[in-house]
Amino acid sequence: MDFSALRNLISRYCTGEENWVDSRTVYIGHREPPPGTEAYIPQRFPDNRIVSSKYTFWNFVPKNLFEQFRRVANFYFLIIFLVQLIIDTPTSPVTSGLPLFFVITVTAIKQGYEDWLRHKADNAVNQCPVHIIQHGKVVRKQSRKLRVGDVVLVKEDETFPSDLILLSTSRDDGTCFVTTASLDGESSHKTYYAVQDTKSFNTEKEVDMLRATIECEQPQPDLYKFVGRINIYQDRDEPIARPLGSENLLLRGATLKNTEFVYAVAIYTGMESKMALNYQSKSQKRSAVEKSMNAFLVVYLCILISKALINTTLKYVWQSNPNRDEPWYNGKTDHERQRHVMIRAFTDFLAFMVLFNYIIPVSMYVTVEMQKFLGSYFITWDDEMFDEELGEGALVNTSDLNEELGQVEYVFTDKTGTLTENNMEFIECCVDGHVYVPHAICNGQILSGSSGIDMIDSSPGPDGKEREELFFRALCLCHTVQVKEEETVDGIKRGIHQGKATSFYISSSPDEVALVEGMKRLGFTYLRLKDNHMEILNREDEVERFELLEVLNFDSVRRRMSVIVRSSSGHLYLFCKGADSSIFPRVISGKVDRVRARVEHNAVEGLRTLCVAYKALSQEEYHNMCQLLDSAKLALQDRDRKLAEAYDLIERDLVLLGATAVEDRLQEKAADTIESLHKAGMKVWVLTGDKMETAAATCYASKLFRRSTQILELTTKRTEEQSLHDVLFELGRTVLRQHDSLTHDTFSGLSSEFQDYGLIIDGATLSAVMKPAQDDSSGNYREIFLEICRNCSAVLCCRMAPLQKAQIVKLIKASKEHPITLAVGDGANDVSMILEAHVGIGIMGKEGRQAARNSDYAIPKFKHLKKMLLVHGHYYYIRIAELVQYFFYKNVCFIFPQFLYQFFCGFSQQPLYDTAYLTLYNISFTSLPILLYSLIEQHISMDILKRDPSLYRDIAKNCLLRWRIFIYWTFLGLFDSMVFFFGAYFLFDNTTFTSNGQLMTTNTQMIFGNWTFGTLVFTVLVFTVTLKLALDTHYWTWINHFVVWGSLLFYVVFSLLWGGVIWPFLNYQRMYYVFVQMLSSGPAWLGIGLLVIISLLPDVLKKVLCRALWPTSTERIQRLKADGVFQRVLPQGHDSLLDPPQCTTET
Amino acid sequence: MMASSYSTKEEDGHQSGAPGPGGGVNAKSRKPDNTAFKQQRLPAWQPILTAGTVLPAFFIIGLLFIPIGIGLYVTSNNIKEYEIDYTGVDMSSPCFNCSQNYSWNSTKPCRCSVSFSLDQPFESNVFMYYGLSNYYQNHRRYVKSRDDSQLNGNLNALKDPSKECEPYRMNDGLPIAPCGAIANSLFNDTLELYYNDPNGTKTLIKLVKTGIAWWTDKHVKFRNPVGDGSNLSAVFQGTTKPVNWQKYVYQLDSDPDNNGFINEDLIVWMRTAALPTFRKLYRIIEKQGDATPTLPRGNYTLLVTYNYPVRSFEGRKRMILSTISWMGGKNPFLGIAYITVGSVCFFLGVVLLIIHHKYGSRSNNADISS
Repeated sequence: MDFSALRNLISRYCTGEENWVDSRTVYIGHREPPPGTEAYIPQRFPDNRIVSSKYTFWNFVPKNLFEQFRRVANFYFLIIFLVQLIIDTPTSPVTSGLPLFFVITVTAIKQGYEDWLRHKADNAVNQCPVHIIQHGKVVRKQSRKLRVGDVVLVKEDETFPSDLILLSTSRDDGTCFVTTASLDGESSHKTYYAVQDTKSFNTEKEVDMLRATIECEQPQPDLYKFVGRINIYQDRDEPIARPLGSENLLLRGATLKNTEFVYAVAIYTGMESKMALNYQSKSQKRSAVEKSMNAFLVVYLCILISKALINTTLKYVWQSNPNRDEPWYNGKTDHERQRHVMIRAFTDFLAFMVLFNYIIPVSMYVTVEMQKFLGSYFITWDDEMFDEELGEGALVNTSDLNEELGQVEYVFTDKTGTLTENNMEFIECCVDGHVYVPHAICNGQILSGSSGIDMIDSSPGPDGKEREELFFRALCLCHTVQVKEEETVDGIKRGIHQGKATSFYISSSPDEVALVEGMKRLGFTYLRLKDNHMEILNREDEVERFELLEVLNFDSVRRRMSVIVRSSSGHLYLFCKGADSSIFPRVISGKVDRVRARVEHNAVEGLRTLCVAYKALSQEEYHNMCQLLDSAKLALQDRDRKLAEAYDLIERDLVLLGATAVEDRLQEKAADTIESLHKAGMKVWVLTGDKMETAAATCYASKLFRRSTQILELTTKRTEEQSLHDVLFELGRTVLRQHDSLTHDTFSGLSSEFQDYGLIIDGATLSAVMKPAQDDSSGNYREIFLEICRNCSAVLCCRMAPLQKAQIVKLIKASKEHPITLAVGDGANDVSMILEAHVGIGIMGKEGRQAARNSDYAIPKFKHLKKMLLVHGHYYYIRIAELVQYFFYKNVCFIFPQFLYQFFCGFSQQPLYDTAYLTLYNISFTSLPILLYSLIEQHISMDILKRDPSLYRDIAKNCLLRWRIFIYWTFLGLFDSMVFFFGAYFLFDNTTFTSNGQLMTTNTQMIFGNWTFGTLVFTVLVFTVTLKLALDTHYWTWINHFVVWGSLLFYVVFSLLWGGVIWPFLNYQRMYYVFVQMLSSGPAWLGIGLLVIISLLPDVLKKVLCRALWPTSTERIQRLKADGVFQRVLPQGHDSLLDPPQCTTET
Repeated sequence: MMASSYSTKEEDGHQSGAPGPGGGVNAKSRKPDNTAFKQQRLPAWQPILTAGTVLPAFFIIGLLFIPIGIGLYVTSNNIKEYEIDYTGVDMSSPCFNCSQNYSWNSTKPCRCSVSFSLDQPFESNVFMYYGLSNYYQNHRRYVKSRDDSQLNGNLNALKDPSKECEPYRMNDGLPIAPCGAIANSLFNDTLELYYNDPNGTKTLIKLVKTGIAWWTDKHVKFRNPVGDGSNLSAVFQGTTKPVNWQKYVYQLDSDPDNNGFINEDLIVWMRTAALPTFRKLYRIIEKQGDATPTLPRGNYTLLVTYNYPVRSFEGRKRMILSTISWMGGKNPFLGIAYITVGSVCFFLGVVLLIIHHKYGSRSNNADISS
């Protein structure tokens, strides 16, 4: 990728010793600042051209070919082709050249077309008009001519042409609304702020007067990070410096909303814009099947080379007799005689390689890719995975991993939004221990005022009343919720009185919306943010105005947010809300114990709790805080760290007000899905940032933990009491003891005693466990931890940071069994684990679409995971496994007779089959049936797969591609090819295998030649190989019939045609009438029938015997279904017919 | 398309980020079509291979193959075949001298006669073959050393044979017709068969030399070039004979329909054999009348004009006489194979029946009761 190269360049450029280099200076409007202020460093920036196309007209052919031949497989075939061209080889270069040419051309055409589309898109983007302010006038220019430093005018609903710093907007408060849907998929409107000192500019003239420079970092791909500084020169004084953050940076690709126009200055253009830097494709994941396939390929490559070596050696041994090397009837040319023996041996080796190269066919890659690509459509087409509410079905971002869905052993799931709806509903709040529950909305009218409140506890005194209102106001003020613009303030008021349930609030966090709505129901309604003043409607229908001074945004490390406001009476308050763990340590007064008790109670119920605290500020304190914040915000280096420090200092010594509880309901069928996954032998881990109690409650609700599950805790609480070391060892002992006794029990069948374990671990303990080894013992922790986890059926990791989620996945991935992991999540915090796991699944959730975009597959709801894995995954796996094995099998059958033939033709590399057969065997005679099989085979019906998840265990651990099975297939291929060859050999050898060619007319006997021999072998081969697949097919639709019988018919028709005409373009006519002559001979028919049956016999026998003596549960189900037992038994309440014993124990 | 879908992924990366109009935002919100194919619910026949379903097939194969095999075997045994090796390896054999004193350009042909007797009369048409052993007609260098367009009468190819013919392409600056190693090594022994009447007279048996090649070869694939005159020698003007030949190609036979490239001996030879031991049809002895067998019991003499050297590469030459049946020549293999496979299938059928009885039903019941 060009971008990565670019980025490398940038990063190398950035790592220079001089710090100044990794920032850039932008002169707004290209006006130099007043002289003497600073040395003018001319910097060159790229223009605003977006180049997403890869090729240009003239470099397409070489570059595309180069790209294509970088792939090992293509390169291998190219080498074979070149060898065929250069040396005198047995088969014509056409045989390998044609398929290769076909593959290369199709790919090139496709890529060329796509690139042409990209060119068109690029042109459309690069030529779309932008409005640039020049000399106080608006000038229309093409987008690509925009340069860094240009001031741009962007109107409503226009897309930003490059990364811009917002100077001023049409709104008085200097804000504008932007949707970044095309960047990160979040469709909510985000607020961006103009620079304070320029926000008043309203006309081009004013903007043109501005003299300022912007210093900012060099572009980096993180969409949410930006640090910079603007220096404004006014009246030739010292410049005024203002901090710039990501809230001032309008990103290319985002769209302006609800704002008439903005003026902004371009700082990153073209390929340096953040969007362009984010083009980079994800790293490629490879499936387990692909890995086995590559291993098999290596084996076959070794076989190929050894075959060639054996034959070359034997050739020279055999030829040591000169009368064999060159008998009188078969002279060599002088040229051949003069060649050095080593060169001859080498070219012979190459010729043998070429002769046998079909054992690794081009078409396998083509077929596998087609299977994956086409097969993935079944996921997108699936009706059952379509969600009416979202209006979307499943999405496939990578078709490479289809079969991996059938191999999953560990499922890592996020909790919020994945297991749960992420549809928050305000349940209660507690102020100083008094609990308030708003009336449910559903019972008709909503009463405003205090009558809408149920007070569970005794009514608070007058002092309490004040605290209560403060609490409500805090919740109304301490948030980043926006009011939907189209709804006027009046509308909200009306909505309250009419009991309209529609939400007017938009926020990136659904919790906040739930809280603000809850407050509305409790009588305090947040109206809007206007002119930096937040307006709330209190219980008396009066509008209270608070000036919003500072917002200390939420982040996942602090797990809290704060606002500083000034009430109309002039009092300054800091309101802070956040997770209990981040609030309680910062509280100095308030009824901590009562609140804490309530919080814990709620957490056990599975509710999400937040604590609210406040602090009244004096003017002086506020001033200090402002300074702290400003200095942190202005910093160019380490701004984040400095900000975090400042926040830490500010959010201190709080007074606890109370707590809130919000319910997040479980997703539909989440419990059922988890149960199915368990039965399918998968281990389900929940990784969440939530509190332990909340998460555990969700786990119980979703049947991840059952009542009988023994919970092992590995939490900070326990490690405070005992050392981590002891706890780990103790847990390890508990689990392992059970494990040992279990291995005894499995034989005696007493598996009802089986105790399953659930582990709960929190982030802090996890990081202690994961800490890199300082001594030997610490390295052990990891092992013990893994050992414990392996024996737990469910693991809950709570208080996880996003990166820790990925760490866990990595840990399991790297453990010694190398299990296949799947991560499913919906939010941006799950992206790291989605990218880390073997298969990443995104839920199209409420928290934006980042997870879905970064995932390999995206599904609308958690419950769809069941069908995705149990049905689609299962199908894809058996399909591709058969595809891979069958491909190797059929090419062994194809090539091994050629190898055997060398022993009978003096190792002269004489091909057994005609060129047309060599070329078309893999392309047309045997390609379609297997492709179709790999697309639509269903060995068991979908409903049974869903009903009986334990069938998933039958294909666990890549079991259809084990070496044992691979060797079976290979030997089957060897056996079959021996049958083909020696069958034909005995028909020909020393007896008269002859034809009654014109039985009707002259009744003569003709002798057959070598091409008839080859054609006989080939005919048997094509029929055997196709019928073998037919025997493996369990699901015969009309398409299967059509393709299987059709391709046999095609072979016959082709052969008749190929031999029926003297083809003028061929310089040999060796196949002329060979096929017809063969078919007119009785023994040929008898021989073909016999050999096909002999070849198929062992496989049929093996199948039947295995099925009768050692049936797998899959086979038993098939049998039952065929016998019609299934329909009779199932309705009687047998949920699963074939539960493995340990599963049947649960009620 | 491996490459293509591989790159699709990259493209996806591009497009989702590209600021194209619409971009990936307005993802399709249509509900997928509910067709049976798309939902993978096409009606299907779902057979499974169990002992029960396979059993009948085994028995049928057994019952079908054994009679066929017996029929084939009997037919094959009824075919009469006589084979005689006349290479002359042994001192005692009549052709020893000829095989020793061999030289290509000897003008005087070496003749030897081999006597043999047939114990049984050969009824119906008898086919006469020559057989060669240890002769690699399927060697790659040999197989490709021919020019099919020359043999098809193409005048350009006649004058300028294909390079594949090297080193038998040109001789003394003249193109060889027919060129190539195959044609060059045409089998040129002459075999004549005499019946030794018990009364002492030797009768020459009439050997038919046409009708031994494929009809399509004789009439389509092989053609003499068409020249100005009807005279073949004029057409082949400007070409020379293959190095090892004693005659030109237009001198192969007096019959114009069996001369030149369409000489059937040449056509038969040009069909390269599959294996190093092979036989080729030489002549047909046609049945004369209903009364006498084609070759009655008695003594025969094979008169060989010994031209073809094989001892240098330890080869052997044979003469074979054979009758045919509806299934071709003598071929015990096919019959034996059919009988064997039939019996094996029958036996397996019995074994499977037992297994089916013992295990099949038991495991079934176990499943249902559990």
